[in-house]
Amino acid sequence: MATLDSKIPDGSIADKWENHKFSMKLVNPNNKRRFEIIVVGTGLAGASAAASLSELGYRVKVFTFHDSPRRAHSIAAQGGINAAKNYTNDGDSVHRLFYDTVKGGDYRSREANVHRLAEVSVNIIDQAAAQGVPFAREYGGLLDNRSFGGAQVSRTFYARGQTGQQLLLGAYQALAKQIAAGSVELHTRTELLDVVLKDGRACGIVTRDLVSGEVGSHSAHAVVLATGGYGNVYYLSTNAMASNVTAAWRAHRKGAFFANACYTQIHPTCIPASDEFQSKLTLMSESLRNDGRIWVPDTFDDSRSPNEVPEGERDYYLERKYPAFGNLVPRDVASRNAKTVVDQGKGVGTLKNGVYLDFADVIDRDGEDVVRAKYGNLFDMYENITGENPYKVPMRIYPAIHYTMGGVWVDYNLMTTIPGCYSIGEANFSDHGANRLGASALMQGLADGYFVLPYTIGDDLAGRLGEAVVPTDDPVFLEAEAAVNSQVDRFMSIGGTRSVDWFHRELGKIVWDYIGMERTKEGLEKALSEIPALEEEFWKDLRLLGSAATLNSSLEKAGRVADFFELAKLMARDALEREESCGGHFRAEHQTEEGEAQRDDENFAHVAAWEWTGADSVQTRHQEELIFENVALTQRSYK
Amino acid sequence: MSKQLNLTLQVWRQNGPDEAGHFETYTAEGISEDMSFLEMLDTINEGLVQSGQTPIEFDHDCREGICGTCSLMINGQAHGQEKATTTCQLHMRKFNDGDTIVVEPFRARAFPVVRDLVVDRSSFDRIIEAGGYISVNTGAASDANLTPVPKEAADTSFDAAACIGCGACVAACPNSAAQLFTSAKLAHLNLIPQGQAQRFERTENMVETMESFFGSCTNHGECHEACPKDISLDFIAFMNRDYVKAKVKNRKLAGQT
Ligand SMILES: Cc1cc2nc3c(=O)[nH]c(=O)nc-3n(C[C@H](O)[C@H](O)[C@H](O)COP(=O)(O)OP(=O)(O)OC[C@H]3O[C@@H](n4cnc5c(N)ncnc54)[C@H](O)[C@@H]3O)c2cc1C
Ligand code: SF4
Ligand code: FES
Repeated sequence: MATLDSKIPDGSIADKWENHKFSMKLVNPNNKRRFEIIVVGTGLAGASAAASLSELGYRVKVFTFHDSPRRAHSIAAQGGINAAKNYTNDGDSVHRLFYDTVKGGDYRSREANVHRLAEVSVNIIDQAAAQGVPFAREYGGLLDNRSFGGAQVSRTFYARGQTGQQLLLGAYQALAKQIAAGSVELHTRTELLDVVLKDGRACGIVTRDLVSGEVGSHSAHAVVLATGGYGNVYYLSTNAMASNVTAAWRAHRKGAFFANACYTQIHPTCIPASDEFQSKLTLMSESLRNDGRIWVPDTFDDSRSPNEVPEGERDYYLERKYPAFGNLVPRDVASRNAKTVVDQGKGVGTLKNGVYLDFADVIDRDGEDVVRAKYGNLFDMYENITGENPYKVPMRIYPAIHYTMGGVWVDYNLMTTIPGCYSIGEANFSDHGANRLGASALMQGLADGYFVLPYTIGDDLAGRLGEAVVPTDDPVFLEAEAAVNSQVDRFMSIGGTRSVDWFHRELGKIVWDYIGMERTKEGLEKALSEIPALEEEFWKDLRLLGSAATLNSSLEKAGRVADFFELAKLMARDALEREESCGGHFRAEHQTEEGEAQRDDENFAHVAAWEWTGADSVQTRHQEELIFENVALTQRSYK
Repeated sequence: MSKQLNLTLQVWRQNGPDEAGHFETYTAEGISEDMSFLEMLDTINEGLVQSGQTPIEFDHDCREGICGTCSLMINGQAHGQEKATTTCQLHMRKFNDGDTIVVEPFRARAFPVVRDLVVDRSSFDRIIEAGGYISVNTGAASDANLTPVPKEAADTSFDAAACIGCGACVAACPNSAAQLFTSAKLAHLNLIPQGQAQRFERTENMVETMESFFGSCTNHGECHEACPKDISLDFIAFMNRDYVKAKVKNRKLAGQT
């Protein structure tokens, strides 16, 4: 049985990464080209890793199911990216970013990883600016910063409301440069469907060409999974439609532990659903909370239009309950409070499923033009979707699933429990603990890809010089291909009555109801009986049409939904076992008198990492104890 | 309760790149005006699956107007009739009850149909690979604030960088030219200090790669009309000027340019 060795280096927190960089083995520049590395995913994490590894001289093959690397879900990130540059002279530092991230994660992350993240954050901004990423600038031509998502310093760099797009274009262009140089081989519209091991070590992957349906294998000395998060297990989320857990999950089934599956993040500012057919939820950047004020009417079932509700009859509940942080409390706190008022019957909009985010004050104070300059594209997007003009009427917002902190367990080197298989970006569980701070996912994805993995991967490869890759006609590949083919055949031959979307939507409802913003023992147990029942239906009653030998997006989805079923069960189990509330995991049984998350540090200051033990048995739960030497564990308070 | 629409759709169906395509007619009833165009297609697909017909393939992902994956010619217009709007952000409230809507793939020689409404736009990636980047290896950058960028240049560069690579400009162009896309990428990088070292090499390589895939520009301006990100035609003029300069400078006659 694999054991959990987090491989945290010795030394004081500020020295660990430096020491580690020095003590890691190096691969001689001329020898790097003798190693092949597979990178799956071209989001911020994958594109930055693939580009950087190939610049170092490794031979890289990169895979994405998108039609172009630039389409990865990272493109949709709006708000910004954190870095401890302290350009604003307001007291930021590596240590403060480290501290804020550990605290924001509700003390469920690894100190050493978080500190490293804060250290390299400054290099990311330099790198991106040099690539031409058009960050916002001041009149003097220097970079502008804003405060974001509850931070008390201005450390967020941003590119209008399109930070993810611009950072991804930077990474994609770096990748394009390497493709042009002939040192990266790009495979688009190609989906990983299995990770292959030989003698316990990752030796390659099995993929399906989404256009021709052909199943094939690729071998390498190391496999990197940069495949994003699993928020779409909820069906309705802010993730792109195709985001999924398949790569991570298939690695899990081959031996990669899956950690903290129940840590999911609900984003407080999304446009509420308008009807049954809604296919996804749209995020309104959190930066809006810097200037917008959140309120609901005091009275229940108030049917007046917002502008008719007098000031005295409005409840600015966040400002009232948290005078110090007000509308800028962390995401989980803002989300739960919205749920509370909506559950009380104070929700707004036709479906009574939202709260107001009101810009009247800032428009009064600074004028519409200033507001337009800051948030114009977000306001336009809102109006386009809802048909309402947010300059005149307050926006309606409600929380939606947005990010998944849980993921593939990795050690300090970002290696999973499968030797030779790494995971970076949102796909891994690493740096955010039980709750991610705003503008920190972009930072983590790029930290992993540009500045961490390129160092740590060499330490393992250095000892393998001269080892040939396993040929793709080796039985390990042929067996894995056969298994993939037989799953495809199985899907195509079910011949049931319901579409894959129908099953996905039904699954999503269960996951949202019982493993969403608030969890209870009873609800989780219900989930654990309802999910398998629906899953059984899925395998009996799925209807897939068309052919497996052409582009067939329903077939692609079927594989992804099959994995979501298994993941959902793990999420419920993980949530059930974690008898405490922390960050995004709120167990109603564990709350303070004020209704805040009540941690149990004595029993749960650990990572829960689950080991696959076969399709017919429940995964085994392992624990990685978290040791806090530099940050004192306190009850979070944003009063 | 929101307004409901009953619509007739004529949708292009094509099994593969080398097969002949044809229009199929579908009816869509009870479409909520709050739906996006793609949610309307989802609804049709759900009905097709129920009646045992293969669903329509179309490209999409973010459904937020940012990834550039969605496409479609809607009643002959790329991304439909709304200005500065992607198909995924086009809402059914912009249509009328009883409308007939014709849905086709983006059409261009350089964008072969993969299946139904899905096309292959990888020629755009080839243009970027030809020079749409600044060569700075990871780790080689100096402190970001050592290179101030005048705010105006930064803002204009951003306006260009907002291109989502959707290909509507090509689909809308009578010549299937890719000038708007290429010029947007060029302007993004050529306008800022970081992009100067490779400016003329980049311009020459990108323009010539573009020409190897796409038709030539005869100043119709349809690209801009169709562009969901409102990319300005000025960038094309900028590109043309830089291309001429590049032709002079890239002769490497040191001191004579
Ligand atoms: C609407 C929105 C706004 C956000 N705003 C912010 C923000 O302002 N600041 C911030 O820090 N974070 C933000 N986030 C979070 C952040 O964008 C993501 O966490 C981050 O971009 C994830 O990057 P990634 O590289 O790990 O994965 P992704 O960008 O999701 O990329 C995954 C890649 O893997 C590929 N892939 C996946 N599975 C397979 C497979 N089986 N086979 C082949 N390829 C595969 C995909 O094709 C894709 O290329 C936001 C998220 C959303 C949803
Ligand atoms: S220029 Fe406009 S239409 Fe052309 S690819 Fe870019 S965003 Fe699309
Ligand atoms: S689906 Fe992403 S832009 Fe339309």
